[in-house]
Amino acid sequence: MSGFLSIRNLTVRLKSGVTILRSVSLDVAQGQVHGLVGESGAGKSMIGKAVLGTLPRALQVTGGEIWLDGENLLALPHDTRRKRIGATAALIPQDPLTALNPSKRIGPQITRRLVDILAWTRSDAEARALELLGEVQIPDPARVMRSYPHELSGGMRQRILIASAFAAEPKLIIADEPTTALDVTVQKQILRLIADMQVRHGTSLLFVTHDLGVVSKVCDTLSVLYAGKVVEEARMHRFFMRPIHPYSRALLAATPTYLDPTGSLTPVPESVISAVEEEVRLHDVRFGT
Amino acid sequence: MMYQVRDLRLSLPDMTRKPLLGSAPRIEILRGLTFDVPRGAVLGIVGGSGSGKSTLGRAMLRLLEPTGGSITFEGTDITHLTENQLRPMRHRFQMIFQDPMSSLNPRRRVGGIIAGPLKLHGMDRLTTRVDEALDLVGLPRSFARRFPHELSGGQRQRVGIARAIALRPDFILADEIVSGLDVSSQAQVLNLLGGLVKELGLTLAFISHDLSVIRRLCNRTLVLHQGEIVEEGETAQLFEAPQAAYTRELLQAIPLPDPYQEWA
Repeated sequence: MSGFLSIRNLTVRLKSGVTILRSVSLDVAQGQVHGLVGESGAGKSMIGKAVLGTLPRALQVTGGEIWLDGENLLALPHDTRRKRIGATAALIPQDPLTALNPSKRIGPQITRRLVDILAWTRSDAEARALELLGEVQIPDPARVMRSYPHELSGGMRQRILIASAFAAEPKLIIADEPTTALDVTVQKQILRLIADMQVRHGTSLLFVTHDLGVVSKVCDTLSVLYAGKVVEEARMHRFFMRPIHPYSRALLAATPTYLDPTGSLTPVPESVISAVEEEVRLHDVRFGT
Repeated sequence: MMYQVRDLRLSLPDMTRKPLLGSAPRIEILRGLTFDVPRGAVLGIVGGSGSGKSTLGRAMLRLLEPTGGSITFEGTDITHLTENQLRPMRHRFQMIFQDPMSSLNPRRRVGGIIAGPLKLHGMDRLTTRVDEALDLVGLPRSFARRFPHELSGGQRQRVGIARAIALRPDFILADEIVSGLDVSSQAQVLNLLGGLVKELGLTLAFISHDLSVIRRLCNRTLVLHQGEIVEEGETAQLFEAPQAAYTRELLQAIPLPDPYQEWA
C-alpha cells in the first residue's frame, strides 16, 4: 500500500440501499496533508467517519478496504479494530462547542482519553495536557485546565481540541472542517497552528473542508468528491494550476475571491452537473451498485 | 438618503454575568456609529464575530431599540417609534435571514410562506404577487405548493428572498445569507441578488464576514470591529487601499484558492 492511510474502493450504503460512498480510493502519505473537498452531501465527512469507525448506525460499509499503518482495519475483529484506531488515529472536530462537554472542566476532558484508554497515570496525563496546551499557544494553561468550555472563546476551544487530538501522539489525524465555525483572522491562526503541529509531530493529516482557499494553504494532495465519488485526485499545485475534471474547474470558478471583482461568479453549470451525475450513474452500473 | 444613522448606540444586559438578585450589567454592543445609506446603494457590512454586524442590522430594521443616537429612514426618525407606529412602514424595509431552514416554517407551503407578510400588510391579489415573487427569484411557480424540506439550501434561500421582495420594499437587509451555502449555490444567490437590486431599484445592506462575497456584490463597505466603524468607503477603494490596520488584517487572513498567495 502506498499511503500511511490507504482507502481502497470503499463503498458505504444506507441500510435502505442508497449509496453514500462509491468505491472511494485515496491515499494519505506518511507525514503529509491530504485535503478532501466537495460540496455538502458529497460524503466528505463520511470518509473520515468510516476510517474512525464512527459511521452513523444507519450506514454500513459494504465493500472495500481501509489500510491504516499496514493493516486492513475492515478485516480486523471489532474490538481489535477499535483499539487499533484509538491508538493510531484522532479527530479534530468541526464545532468546538458541541465537541466539549459543557459541564466538565477542560483538564479532565483532555486527560480522560489518555488515562482511560491508553492507561497513562493521572499525573503523567496532566503533565502532558499542560505541555500541549502550551504548545498550542494557550496562555496560562493551568488556569485553562480548570476552566469550563463556556468561559473560553471559539478560537481557544478549537486550540484545546487540537491539543487533545495530538495528546496521544497519533500517527493520523482527521480534521473535519476544523475552522469553518471561526472568523477569518482566527481561522488563519488555527490553520497555521495545525500545519505547525502536523510538521512538528510528523503526523499524517486527512483534512476535510469545503473551502478551496483553505486547501491551497495546508494540503499537499487532495481529492475532490462529488456525490460520494472521487472525481479528481491531485497534488495541490497541479490542481490549482491545471484542474482536470470539469467539476473541479467549475468549483474553482464558483469560488469568489476579492482579487477579481469584475468577472461575475459562475455557478457550477447544469451541463457539468449532469455530466458528473452521468459519470456517477455509469459507475453504479459498472460496479453493480 | 435612505438611511441616516447618527451616533448609534445600543447596549444589552449581559445575562451571563447577572447576579442572582438585581439587574445584569450592560454590555455596549454598538458604540456610536455614524453613516449614511444612499438610495440605491448596496452596502456591505463586514466584521468578525461579535463585532456587532447583526445587532446593527436589527437596529436598522427596528427589531431592536437603540439606547442612544438616531436612525432616520427616508426622512422619518424611527429610533424610538412604537411597534404600532412602525407597523405601517415595516413593508418598506425587509429582511432575509441567515439560515433558510429555521427561518421558513416547515409546516407551511412555500406559497403560504411568501403570502404570510402580504396578508399581514393587507395586500390583495395574493396569488399573483406570490407568482411574481417566485418568477423574480427564478423558481418555478409550481414551487408554491412545496414544503421547505423538499427544497435544496439554495432554493430555500431563494424563497427567503422571494418573501422579502414580495412586499416590494425599498430596503432589504440580508444577514449572512450565503454563509450556509455551498459555493455553487452561493454564486447563484449572489448573482440573483445583484440582478434584483438593479431590476427593482432596491437599496441593500449585506452583512457578511466574507470579504470576497462583499467585493462581488457591494458598492460601499463598512468595516465593524468591536462595535465601532473602523473604516467606511467605496468598496473598490477600500479593497485596493485599506486604511485601517484591522481591514488589512482581515484582507490578509483570507485564504485565496491560490497556492502562491503570500499568506503566512
